[in-house]
Amino acid sequence: MSRFTPEEKVKIARHPERPGTADFIAALFTDFFEQKGDRLCGEDASILGGIARFHGWPVTVVGHRKGKNLEENLRCNFGMPSPEGYRKAQRLMKQAEKFGRPIITFVDTPGAYPGKEAEERGQGEAIAQCLALMSALEVPIISVITGEGGSGGALALAVANRVLMLEHAVYSVLSPEGFASILWKDASRADEACGVMKLTAQDLRRGGIVQGVLREPEEGAHTDWNAMFRTVDAALTRELAALDKLKGPALARQRYDMFRAMGRNLPRLGKEEP
Amino acid sequence: MNKTFARRRDRLLIYKTMREGKITSTRRTRCSACGAESANLEWERAQQVCPKCGFHAPIDAYYRLSNILDPGSFQELEEKLSPADPLTFPDYPARLAELEEKTGLKDAAVAALGRVEGRGAVFAVLDSRFLMGSMGTAVGEKVTRATEYAGKKKLPLVIFSASGGARMQEGIFSLTQMAKTAAAIQRFQSGGGLYISCLTHPTTGGVTASFASLGDIMLAEPGALIGFAGPRVIEQTIKEQLPQGFQRAEYLLDHGFLDRIVPRSEWRAVLSQLLALHEKGGRS
Repeated sequence: MSRFTPEEKVKIARHPERPGTADFIAALFTDFFEQKGDRLCGEDASILGGIARFHGWPVTVVGHRKGKNLEENLRCNFGMPSPEGYRKAQRLMKQAEKFGRPIITFVDTPGAYPGKEAEERGQGEAIAQCLALMSALEVPIISVITGEGGSGGALALAVANRVLMLEHAVYSVLSPEGFASILWKDASRADEACGVMKLTAQDLRRGGIVQGVLREPEEGAHTDWNAMFRTVDAALTRELAALDKLKGPALARQRYDMFRAMGRNLPRLGKEEP
Repeated sequence: MNKTFARRRDRLLIYKTMREGKITSTRRTRCSACGAESANLEWERAQQVCPKCGFHAPIDAYYRLSNILDPGSFQELEEKLSPADPLTFPDYPARLAELEEKTGLKDAAVAALGRVEGRGAVFAVLDSRFLMGSMGTAVGEKVTRATEYAGKKKLPLVIFSASGGARMQEGIFSLTQMAKTAAAIQRFQSGGGLYISCLTHPTTGGVTASFASLGDIMLAEPGALIGFAGPRVIEQTIKEQLPQGFQRAEYLLDHGFLDRIVPRSEWRAVLSQLLALHEKGGRS
């Protein structure tokens, strides 16, 4: 049993001091070259991406960015991407495949932005295209859910060969607030929702949704960034080495088969395993 | 086979009219959009489109297929596929049982093999009477299997969507159906398959953000609400009122996300034309 309840984990996952995509990139990668824009109409700062080296190995890295202070939060729309962000991510990932670079994604978003312009420019289509693209790419993809994995906006960067999750990160069909408001017409019952949603890394590992849970420092990743970085670094190194043995088509097939199996022969998450 | 189909359809129609309380007298039905009453016979002739204002009333999956397919060509696929309760969600199994009783459906999707003017295709149709057509594991699995079947048989795929999005009661497993269905469509299309996506009222959330937006051809019914976030959520987020017609099919057409808007009476003709244009063997 984890020492934190699901509600407490949601708070930890949203902690403002928690390391985000920009921090992981700065700590674990060298030579980061940021790539901007979707080449269609705009640049969305809520998705950060580019080329970098991971232990000398050229990779493409993409992730949600929330920002560290109010000014940055506003610029990054609190990590809620618009279609431009998802289309930039697609552009970067296609390029990764072209140049044979593995892709590493960091997932941390309350969800895709539910705004007027986002809808006008096809938020649904942009996410759908991300899912379709990632399902077929012939390079290794590793996703790390570092904080909040909110809804389709998170999944759009998490169709990977290995989906890893920090110990106190959460990943769910919708935010607990949205869930409570849809099901019970009462957003204030969010805490109750956290309990029934099965959104913790431990539950998701058991359900076969994530393949690895990365241990956090005692009171959460925000209390000891360096320890967290070492753990993520080791996990990425291990997974990349394992995936490096597979050829392109085998990588696409493994990823397809993994998602194909979700929802068939379901494990039940309602009861604790003995 | 067809007798079963006809019987089922009749039963469903009766359930539907009873539930919606649309019948004000046994002969006339009031339009929920314009309020005008029209004779049931006229409604039926227009395939449940209001004879006065053209409002496209929601229809169930079997009824829709019966108006599109060649008589006698309907062959249901994966009829026995049942929903699961992976979160052991409170009251969910009871709710599913109740809906099965009421609609005759195991979950919110029907898959079938059928022909339109002699040309075969695989169909998947979402039914909004079943938890708003939301996508849980059974809907995701059925759409995926229909797609795989179309790929295996080298047939075109036609999906009619009507959905509130990912189903809350199956949590994260509903979310991953988005990736599963999108991946299946991607594989089908890269193998040369034709996928015609038909959006009907309403198509939102996780269904819009997965298979429904990936058609080679994108079509929609007049007035259908189509979007990722629902209008209420958007208004709460941006704290302003949305313009008239926002997220409606006509709006999406203007913004470049649809090829055409197809009134209900024209589906059969439009699908027939598209299937013919993609027939192997070239020129006609």
